[in-house]
Amino acid sequence: MISRARPPVPRRRSVARRRATNVVMIALMALAAVFATLPLILLLIHLLREGASSIDLAFFTQMPKPVGETGGGMANAIVGTLILVSIAASIGLPVGMGAGLYLAEQRGARLATSVRFLSDVLNGMPSIVMGIFAWHFLVRPVGHFSALAGGVALGAMMIPLVTRATEEMVRTVPTALREAALALGYPRWRTSVAIVLRTALPGIVTAALVAIARIAGETAPLLFTAFGNHFWSTSIDQPIASLPHQIYTYAKSPYDDWHRLAWAGALVLIALVLVISLLARFVTRSKHGGVGD
Amino acid sequence: MTDTVVATPDPAERAPPDGALTLAGRSIGDLIYRGLTTVFAVAIPVLLAFITFEVVAAAWPALRQFGFGFLTSSTWDAVRGQFGAAPMIYGTVVSSILALILAAPLALGVAIFLSEFSPRWLRQPLSFLVDLLAAIPSVVYGLWGMFVLLPILRESVMPFLRDTLGLGRTPFFSGPAYGNSMLAAAVILAIMILPYISAVSREVLMAVPRSQREAALAMGATKWEMIRDAVIPYARSGILGGVILGLGRALGETMAVTMLIGNRHEISPSLFAPGYTLASVIANEFAEATTVLHTSALMACGAVLLVVTLVVNAIARWLVWSVAREPKS
Repeated sequence: MISRARPPVPRRRSVARRRATNVVMIALMALAAVFATLPLILLLIHLLREGASSIDLAFFTQMPKPVGETGGGMANAIVGTLILVSIAASIGLPVGMGAGLYLAEQRGARLATSVRFLSDVLNGMPSIVMGIFAWHFLVRPVGHFSALAGGVALGAMMIPLVTRATEEMVRTVPTALREAALALGYPRWRTSVAIVLRTALPGIVTAALVAIARIAGETAPLLFTAFGNHFWSTSIDQPIASLPHQIYTYAKSPYDDWHRLAWAGALVLIALVLVISLLARFVTRSKHGGVGD
Repeated sequence: MTDTVVATPDPAERAPPDGALTLAGRSIGDLIYRGLTTVFAVAIPVLLAFITFEVVAAAWPALRQFGFGFLTSSTWDAVRGQFGAAPMIYGTVVSSILALILAAPLALGVAIFLSEFSPRWLRQPLSFLVDLLAAIPSVVYGLWGMFVLLPILRESVMPFLRDTLGLGRTPFFSGPAYGNSMLAAAVILAIMILPYISAVSREVLMAVPRSQREAALAMGATKWEMIRDAVIPYARSGILGGVILGLGRALGETMAVTMLIGNRHEISPSLFAPGYTLASVIANEFAEATTVLHTSALMACGAVLLVVTLVVNAIARWLVWSVAREPKS
């Protein structure tokens, strides 16, 4: 490509002045880095200070208490989040991985190009729109909210994430490895499953974990699908509580005690997301020589 | 690059191993495998079409009743059954653009710092922190915004902008500072989209060939001149793509905005005034919508949002790809 760049140093400026500009700009960039990470650090500090004191065993094992009574926990919301994420993963992972394999193996095909593009477009779709979709598809016809609808909304969000990550991971498998297997008389499908997929597996596990971490914190798609539930429920046919939704409900409420629980819930949610993300990094690091970076 | 893979010889197709089941000269396993992955791949466009169809179907009663006027009317009266989305469209656009103005320079600065200046030991932890910014759930940003950001805005930033800087004389920074406002929404959005813009920009900057940098340096440019004259122009459309991607995120962001924007159906030029966005009106009013028309009007807001983000994302992806596809030397 012919550079569109202007030839450098066209202007007559003193060297000292240019050097000074250089230093100032570098300082500005460094300052931008400080400013960008500042909110994160403030947020984490505040979260630890407000949330840590409210987290005890009861928080994980007890049900929410009515307004006015102190104590209580979010056991139902924690279990609810796990159930919702499981439903989402059982939809998002197989479809995403299958589509990712297809994209990696049929790289040049016209269908692959458009699927890749549309999957990126799907990835950019607002999460609340996923909620509307699941509501109209699964809630309105049966007349009541359900964990299933929430899981489907989250699962649909997961598909493009897993697809693109799987594709990228499978692409890092050297062609020589594939050709070696084919040369030994392996049929195509066994080459893909036993050689390519196995080699790329740590990377794909990482991608799956990252996708799970991402959807576990979603609230908007659950507002009118899983809806939330103040009681214990594990039925996928019934409304179900979830950690992010509970945080939203508590944060909006006028009660200090509920605000405290909201902070505690946020801390648990962040911890969950962080642990999954770190786990993802660890899986990639230990087996895969940093391909995931 | 693509050619080499397509042309990979496929001995299994022509000569299946002994004992393998075949159909018309092809291994059955291969056919099943190929079919299965193709089905999953095709599922993505089908899902996208299905989602669009469901959302438009949910919005249909309101769209049919109000037609084009839904976009231009600013009356939102559930009792009389009059719905117009103009305040929400205004709020969505203004808060997102404002967030972009705040976030884009900062994100670009971070990306340049990380790709050009950062000492080696700092690069990994710093990019981890910036990526972490994207991993924080929206509702947690909302919670933090309500209890930490709003008081700061109400007590320090807003009076400073209005009185100390004297911007209160312009219509944009006038009026009482409640905290819950368009400005608060824009600030939280800026924090939330920064990691997306910076991640794409960093990737694009890293893709700029060494020869570009070395040529500039060889001609006596300082490091900053190299970035300004050789690196950024090369990466321009990719960076623009990253910024537009960030715009797409900001337009559809729901929870944090709902918790901070104040939720009022009014168009006010002042950034201190509360507003509404397409996403937050759905989140906020769904539970209280009792009529079919009201629910459907909310869904129509979702449909408008869907169309806008689809277009914005398609443009962004195209821009990013156009850089990524250029040959790297």
